[in-house]
Amino acid sequence: MSGPLVVHTMMLAGILFAFGLIGFLARRNVLFMLMSVEVMLNAAGLGFIAAGARWGQADGQIMFMFILTLAAAEVPVALALVLQVHRRIRTLDADAVTLMAG
Amino acid sequence: MTVLFYLSASVAVLATLLFVVASNTVHALLNLIVSFVAIALILLLLGAPFAAALEIIIYAGAIMVLFVFVIMMLHMGPTSVDQERRRLGFRIWWGPAVLALILVAEVGFLIVTGGVTAESGPRPVGPKEVGLVLLGPYVLGVELASILLLPGILGAYYLGRRRREGP
Amino acid sequence: MLDWFWTIPAVPLVGFLILTLGPSLPRAMVSGIALGTSALAAGLAASLAVTLLHQGFHPVGHTQALWTWMDLAGFTPRIALYVDALSMTMVMIITGVGVLVQLYATEYMSDDSDYQRFFAYMSLFVGAMLVLVLADNFLLLFLGWEGVGLCSYLLIGFWYRDLLNGLAARKAFIVNRIGDTAMIVGLCLLFTELGTLEIQAVLRQAALQWTIGHPMAIAATALLLGAAVGKSAQIPLQVWLPDAMAGPTPVSALIHSATMVTAGVYLIARTHTLFALAPATQTAIVVIGTTTMLFAASSALVQRDIKRIFAYSTISQLGYMFMALGVGAAGTAIFHLFTHACFKALLFLVAGALMFSLHHEKDLLNMGGLRRDLPFVFWAAVIGAASLSGLPFITAGFFSKDQILLQAWRSPSGGLWLLTAGLLGSMLTALYSFRVVFLAFFGDKHSEVTRSPGWRMTVPMGVLAALSLGVGWLGWSARAEEPSWFLRLMDTAMPVHQPYLVTDAQAGTIALLASGAALLGTGLAYLMYMQRPAVLESVGETEAVQTIRRFLLRGWGFNWVYRWTIQKPFGYLARTAKVDILDQGYERLIMRPFLWIADINRDDALDRVYGGLTRLVEQSAVTAGRLQTGQVRWYSTVLVAGALGLAGFAVLS
Repeated sequence: MSGPLVVHTMMLAGILFAFGLIGFLARRNVLFMLMSVEVMLNAAGLGFIAAGARWGQADGQIMFMFILTLAAAEVPVALALVLQVHRRIRTLDADAVTLMAG
Repeated sequence: MTVLFYLSASVAVLATLLFVVASNTVHALLNLIVSFVAIALILLLLGAPFAAALEIIIYAGAIMVLFVFVIMMLHMGPTSVDQERRRLGFRIWWGPAVLALILVAEVGFLIVTGGVTAESGPRPVGPKEVGLVLLGPYVLGVELASILLLPGILGAYYLGRRRREGP
Repeated sequence: MLDWFWTIPAVPLVGFLILTLGPSLPRAMVSGIALGTSALAAGLAASLAVTLLHQGFHPVGHTQALWTWMDLAGFTPRIALYVDALSMTMVMIITGVGVLVQLYATEYMSDDSDYQRFFAYMSLFVGAMLVLVLADNFLLLFLGWEGVGLCSYLLIGFWYRDLLNGLAARKAFIVNRIGDTAMIVGLCLLFTELGTLEIQAVLRQAALQWTIGHPMAIAATALLLGAAVGKSAQIPLQVWLPDAMAGPTPVSALIHSATMVTAGVYLIARTHTLFALAPATQTAIVVIGTTTMLFAASSALVQRDIKRIFAYSTISQLGYMFMALGVGAAGTAIFHLFTHACFKALLFLVAGALMFSLHHEKDLLNMGGLRRDLPFVFWAAVIGAASLSGLPFITAGFFSKDQILLQAWRSPSGGLWLLTAGLLGSMLTALYSFRVVFLAFFGDKHSEVTRSPGWRMTVPMGVLAALSLGVGWLGWSARAEEPSWFLRLMDTAMPVHQPYLVTDAQAGTIALLASGAALLGTGLAYLMYMQRPAVLESVGETEAVQTIRRFLLRGWGFNWVYRWTIQKPFGYLARTAKVDILDQGYERLIMRPFLWIADINRDDALDRVYGGLTRLVEQSAVTAGRLQTGQVRWYSTVLVAGALGLAGFAVLS
């Protein structure tokens, strides 16, 4: 019974990742984009755990923890950036922030 | 157990879908938390109780709380909800949707043809085992993660502070 | 002493920590802390030197491991220090010059508002430089290497409110990064090939594992050479040093002449066993060193900014050291490093004293006639210039340069052409150093002395002047076959691979030629900068007739002598010019070629090549910039599409 479980978890991870991708690309609100990134990271972690469970090894969970660390380090920096952008340009619209245009 | 899995999987998918199309930030956030909790349940079913606990504590807890704080600080009122609703037209959606479909198709193709077999299954891998592996072969990764977290803290502090001289 | 020599770099670093983390302190206390820590380090270094010298000339080094830095499968760099004769010499130079320059700076910087910051940086520099020369492994050496680079950046841009200073600091930092990147790659190569980064182990292992001319040896040494070229401002990475003069003068004296820029020479000397395995790299060192030496000497001839003259001079003298390293005479190179540290630091302190007295005047042509007002500075300048030119027998520069020339001539990889280039450089050196002396201290006064340097500035200059005259005898030996005391000391750290015979006659010839070149340069400087203006002025000048007449009289006399000595090589002069228009020929044949060569170099021809490169990059950047809409979503869409394309390729194939 565990075989389909692992396979279906993988599919679930793929679907969640796709949702995160859509959210990231389609939304213009920076906060939504960041949350979508979290969804994608989480889906990747889920995939790792499923793969680890497939072999009965702890490595999958280790990778999940590294992804968790990455997310934990990324979110504060990203949110601080959002705050700064909002403070200066008074908007959260990602398309409006084009200061880096070449 | 199978029922539980499919139940929580559908909850996760549905909650994420609602998150993607929500126009109110706080609603979206709540949907996301539901989705994370559902995923935590799946992790538990996959024999990873430690990861399930971390999922709830850190993802659903710490990270989402940070988002709540930021939303509160930014005072996103009804105007922003209207704004979001107006922006979410089909013209915006179709490109990412196509890309996502391609992605799902690729993953599905791999699963169908990759021959993922089912001889071994979820054997519970407890926190002790994870800890031994984490601080054994992966100790360099832990060191690197600590290096990553330090600039994370400093960067957040630096970016987040309010400049004294003017806006 | 050998058990706790780790305190030598630790003491200045503690000083740095106190000055940085501590509260804002009164000036007297800042000077006390900075000078106290430096003096303590110097004292410790001296006692270490005494201990080491007591052991006699045994080829041993002492390692002291403090702790293990990190421990990864097979890679365990330690925080460990290593001392032998080579590091000891460097430590003595760094701490000695460091104390003197800091004492000088307490007066020079006395009315600067950032007094504490200055001394904090200086202490950090001394500490980092000591780490560099005492490091037991390449990783720690690299830490010190980057540390001194950082201090150099901070101190060049010390007066950061002036944009130009900031730009100069940035230029130095960026140019140095090129060399440092080469060094990292070189260290990775050494580690993957030899399995360790401990310097002594690497040297032993390389000698076992690589034959002479092994491609890996050549690659590794070429990369280390790249690092040394960047740090020691050799062609093609020399462009940063003249601009680095934007920093305060004590910084130029300590960092950009005596210590940091010699780190490249130290690195090559330290790893000379590796370089001995790579003849191709050694040839490259010789070529780079010789070209740099001639190039910088000719550039120094026309500079007006007194500090830039000495900057080019430093580049040129480093070129001499590279020349010696390239022909395999590492001990001689270190000896020249040692004497150069004394006299170049002295010259920079002189330049600083002039700027101090003339209210920040740097233009040589606005000085003049300062001999009477600043007699002490004048004599210090004369001693420094004499030592730099290598005037025979009384100066330190003579002994070290003489030996470099001897090695360049006699060593298997040297030759007559190298000797000729060295002699030409020696003559140019004398010419530009005495040009400074004559233009600044003789002739008419152009600016008034507003204040005179006090004892805290004159004492360091006095000590360095005494050293510039005295230390040469350490490298003197009565018989040519026997190496001098200093070289024997260096041989304990860097054994000579191919000893070659030098006879007394050969040594005598070189001594004669070297003195001749130096005296010729000095004489030319006298003719060009002392006599020439007087001749010109005599045409319409009526005031101060007595002085001019005296100059004229002496000048004509000299021109007669000069006619008989210089005329023959320039036979053209004799045929086209009569005695009464001798001056014209003199102008055309001697002055113009010099000025012309030097003029070409004034803007540093290489700068233009770099300028062109910059524009090319700029153009392509503008073209590529059109793709940059600045919209995050556009970027991410492209990124995702690309990633999916790649993934699809992987899935389907």
